[in-house]
Amino acid sequence: MQADTSNKRISNRKKGRRVLPGFGLSLGFTMLYVNLIVLIPISTLFFKSFSMTWDKFAGAITDPRVLASFRLSFGASLAAAFINLIFGLLVAWSLVRYHFPGKRIIDALVDLPFALPTAVAGITLTALCADNGWFGRYLQGLGIKAAFTPVGVVIALTFIGLPFVVRTVQPVLEDFDPDVEEAAASLGANRLYILARVILPAIRPAALTGFALAFARALGEYGSVVFISGNIPMHTEISPLLIVTKLEQYDYAGATAIAMTMLVVSFALLLTINLLQARMNRSV
Amino acid sequence: MDAPPFANEVNGDERGTVMSIEVQHLTKRFNGFTAVHDVSFRVETGELVALLGPSGCGKSTLLRIISGLEIPDGGEIHLTGKETTQVSPRDRNVGFVFQHYALFKHMTVYENIAFGLKVRKLPKQEIECRVSELLGLVQLKGLEKRYPFQLSGGQRQRVAVARALAPSPRVLLLDEPFGALDTKVREELREWIQQLHEHSQVTTLFVTHDQHEALEIANKILVMNSGRIEQNGTPLEIFDRPATPFVAEFVGENNFIEAEVTEPHLVPWGPFRFPVNGYPLGEKIRIYFRPHDVYVSSLPEYPHVDVKAKIMKTRFRGPMTELNLHIGGNKQVIAHVPKGVSLTSGFIEGSEVYIGITAFHAFSKS
Repeated sequence: MQADTSNKRISNRKKGRRVLPGFGLSLGFTMLYVNLIVLIPISTLFFKSFSMTWDKFAGAITDPRVLASFRLSFGASLAAAFINLIFGLLVAWSLVRYHFPGKRIIDALVDLPFALPTAVAGITLTALCADNGWFGRYLQGLGIKAAFTPVGVVIALTFIGLPFVVRTVQPVLEDFDPDVEEAAASLGANRLYILARVILPAIRPAALTGFALAFARALGEYGSVVFISGNIPMHTEISPLLIVTKLEQYDYAGATAIAMTMLVVSFALLLTINLLQARMNRSV
Repeated sequence: MDAPPFANEVNGDERGTVMSIEVQHLTKRFNGFTAVHDVSFRVETGELVALLGPSGCGKSTLLRIISGLEIPDGGEIHLTGKETTQVSPRDRNVGFVFQHYALFKHMTVYENIAFGLKVRKLPKQEIECRVSELLGLVQLKGLEKRYPFQLSGGQRQRVAVARALAPSPRVLLLDEPFGALDTKVREELREWIQQLHEHSQVTTLFVTHDQHEALEIANKILVMNSGRIEQNGTPLEIFDRPATPFVAEFVGENNFIEAEVTEPHLVPWGPFRFPVNGYPLGEKIRIYFRPHDVYVSSLPEYPHVDVKAKIMKTRFRGPMTELNLHIGGNKQVIAHVPKGVSLTSGFIEGSEVYIGITAFHAFSKS
């Protein structure tokens, strides 16, 4: 106890003195930056929606067309993030664990969905998935209609979210100590057991981050979806598109009400994922 | 040597069984580089054997082959009398301890130790019982809920040993187990592993590049150099009767000279004459003698301590003093004398002394 208080006195005297300089400056800059780039633009959203009465707000977001768009947006984004989680893990695993010709090219291809203008991606995917397109032809044979259906929305969102899980999991897998796997094998574990109990727990936090990023990206995606979805109200209309529609009709309050709801729900989801991850990180 | 009686708590279920390691003509190549070259040896039940050699001599590869983590290009491995050359590591029932612990970071100490038991689908109660027994054995009771990052290096390595011992392995293999730890912890763990071995009697083979570690705790030492076994013997044999120049050079400190047999059975070197047997005249001979086998006295003691030398330099080496001696003809000898002797006899730089060599090892140069 004694030592504690004397330590405190010393640290008080040398207030803010740290080995690494610039703590105050960098924290100040971080706060300013986050405020300017994230908080202020978003707060204007709040102010705008506060100009509505509660009844009007509730009415705006419980409109059946709006509710349908929420269902589609959140549902398709979650579905796409799950698909990306599973296949992203596979891609990252193959890229890290195996050596094969063209590996560098595949590695570079993974990032392409980031570089491509989303509208281009949307048009291309629509052409492929249309009933007479390269994919659509065969999908139709299987009884699946991709273009202008929610399936198409999921396809577009999967496309644009692919890099996240791959890029978050890849470095963690690369750092994974082969000794640990060998230890598990010498203790009698088979490959599947090692994968499930040793490797997956180690990459789970990174995979979850990738999942959250892919999900967030999918929620906000607009450009690639509007082409493939066909934008049929109540059926294939996503929330971001509905916001644009409302803006075009000068219904600013209605647009911000949808935006607010999306914001709050996605923030809650991302926060939950972050908390989950922090809990996992504690033991890693 | 008879295996000690089996008072085994760790391997209660294998009481009295044979737990030997036998390796025959093992060879392993990596891209044209031969890491292990036609190695054969046998470790008897209950022995604690050190595999000693410089880094890159193939000792770790040999250990990994025995554990099944590496497949040999030739040769056979017999564990407990059964051929296991092609058996996968998970079916070999061999405990393996890595230099950098290789603990499961997301698991607690308890879960780490229980891993090999859970894999075998033992009942929960049995696992609990066994883990608690092992926690006592490795002196980590009370830390079972900690994660590896909350432990010191020495504690982590003890968890790794407990984890390896949990499924009652037929043999325990340790790859430079103390290599990543600092000197003090190393010395503690050295003693601990010896006690653990006495207690558990699991046949143990450990790799080390530290001769003190090997000499201190092993029953037997296999000295390895560039993929081959140079000598297989007790620590005393390795130290006092090195079989090859490499062993003489690698284990302990040495004075090394090269000279020729110029008289029958004698190799003269300056004022010294080393008696050697079985070498023809004109043969080039390498002679090694240890600094502590150089007897130093301030007065001549006939007939053996009669060579005059001058102390050029003294160096403090803890319990002993190192003397750098010139014996004329530009020849030098390093001697180690106990610190007390050096003080009372007045061995200081510049003083003249008489020396004799009490033991040496001679090898033909070819």
